[in-house]
Amino acid sequence: MKQRIFEIKENRQIAEGTFKMVLKGDTADAGGSGKFVNISLPGLFLRRPISICDLSGGELTLVYKVVGKGTGDMAQMQPGETLDLLTGLGNGFDVSACRKEALLLGGGVGTAPLVFLARELVAIGKRVTALLGFNKASEIMLADELRSLGATVFIATLDGSQGTRGFVTDILKEKAGTGNPITFDCFYACGPMPMLKALCSAIDAPGEVSLEERMGCGFGICYGCSCHTTAGPRRVCADGPVFKKEELIWQQK
Amino acid sequence: MATEVNFCGIRLRNPVIPASGTFGFGLEMADVYDLDVLGGISLKGTTREARFGNECPRIAECPDGMINSVGLQNPGIEVFVKEKLPALRKIYSGAIIANISGFSEDEYRECCEKAAEAPEVDIIEVNISCPNVHGGGLAFGTSAKAAAAVTHVAKSVSTKPVFIKLSPNVTDIVEIARACEDEGADGLTLINTLLGMRIDIARRRPVIANRYGGFSGRAIFPIALRMVNQVARACRIPIMGCGGVATAEDVIEMMMAGATAVQVGAENLRDPYACKRIAEELPEVMSRLGIKDLTEIIGIV
Repeated sequence: MKQRIFEIKENRQIAEGTFKMVLKGDTADAGGSGKFVNISLPGLFLRRPISICDLSGGELTLVYKVVGKGTGDMAQMQPGETLDLLTGLGNGFDVSACRKEALLLGGGVGTAPLVFLARELVAIGKRVTALLGFNKASEIMLADELRSLGATVFIATLDGSQGTRGFVTDILKEKAGTGNPITFDCFYACGPMPMLKALCSAIDAPGEVSLEERMGCGFGICYGCSCHTTAGPRRVCADGPVFKKEELIWQQK
Repeated sequence: MATEVNFCGIRLRNPVIPASGTFGFGLEMADVYDLDVLGGISLKGTTREARFGNECPRIAECPDGMINSVGLQNPGIEVFVKEKLPALRKIYSGAIIANISGFSEDEYRECCEKAAEAPEVDIIEVNISCPNVHGGGLAFGTSAKAAAAVTHVAKSVSTKPVFIKLSPNVTDIVEIARACEDEGADGLTLINTLLGMRIDIARRRPVIANRYGGFSGRAIFPIALRMVNQVARACRIPIMGCGGVATAEDVIEMMMAGATAVQVGAENLRDPYACKRIAEELPEVMSRLGIKDLTEIIGIV
């Protein structure tokens, strides 16, 4: 973990309710994929944890959905303003878990960390297919970024306004019935908890999921974001946010 | 500048101590900065058995503060004594404060005894004020009689100084403080968090899964200060002042109110370097205020 000051280079809306912020600063300790930063915002007590969408050339890209006051304030910020970040938080995805073909599954803004992950997987010669799920067409984000990295991208929307109608798992079912089923030896997923829970029981292949939880510190001292695993309680912020499918014990909510 | 403080035969290099629950078992911070800058460390509340604690969400943002409802997640007293304490002592030479919680007098007795026997422990801090578990903690901290009973149990098995950590969620904290002092407590820590609540108005339900939680952060500083002052004026035993401390000036203020040492809690969560910063800024603030020795100002107001 490092505390760094970053300067906002770009901050603009990329989909309904969703913004992309590009930050310039010392990213030496910030990577790799699946890690997150914790942002101090004026007037708010706790920092706001945001996953890293991409990291290249000393630029850190965050894609965030406006869900409350913190992210609402972020959306109002202008290029040239600075932010106090804790970087290098979380464990990140394990790209070595993939043998040849990776399946990436993103739900809503959970798509964000998959961009950096796709970049890393492609760089080590893995084939990447990404299935992205959104409520509606206006919320679709980052599909072009994933395609430009070399990923094959399929979209599902709950209202059917674009791509397959339904969830990302419906894309898998749809393709399974054709002459070109989606093949993969492992999966990586980030999105809402119900989606992750459903994926873990629907997909037989080994996989990793990135969890989201309200956090206190974001660096492992307050135990405010614990989850249940086969190895006992684990902190989402410091032991995760990425966990192997077989580690997680899902709770009834 | 003399930043040293002394109580119960223990010398702290400075009065700055991360509060229980806001610094893990110290080990989590080993790579962040050299812990030896801290006068003491109060470790995460420990119970007899390992506990997961409450379900999430356990955290809620508040104006100038936060609510937590962790619910005493900890690995149990055996792991605490066998693994956490020796590992911390290897990297930290200051005062180690074992924070003990329980759901019965028997549990307090057993945990205090085991913690006191551990060579690494300098002070036992008995938490009778956790608002996040049912039937334990706070149940002992809201009645003078029950607080006295737990103090008696802890003192009877401990060779180390025993501090009782008091709850602000009471009508008269002085009555409880006096009851602990009369039963032989070596010192008092106050205050623990204030019971609070937030509601997600869009989803029409509590933010915290356990409904209520402990409110802490800068917003509670004036309340903590008032209670420390009330207790300091009524009792003779040393006080570790706690609640909303975020700066070196706050430390001075808390000491003037009557604290011999000062715990820093929620601020550690928003600024991982908070305690280091406060400890390092103390000499400069003392100099500006004409304080040559911190012990001069304890309880002068």
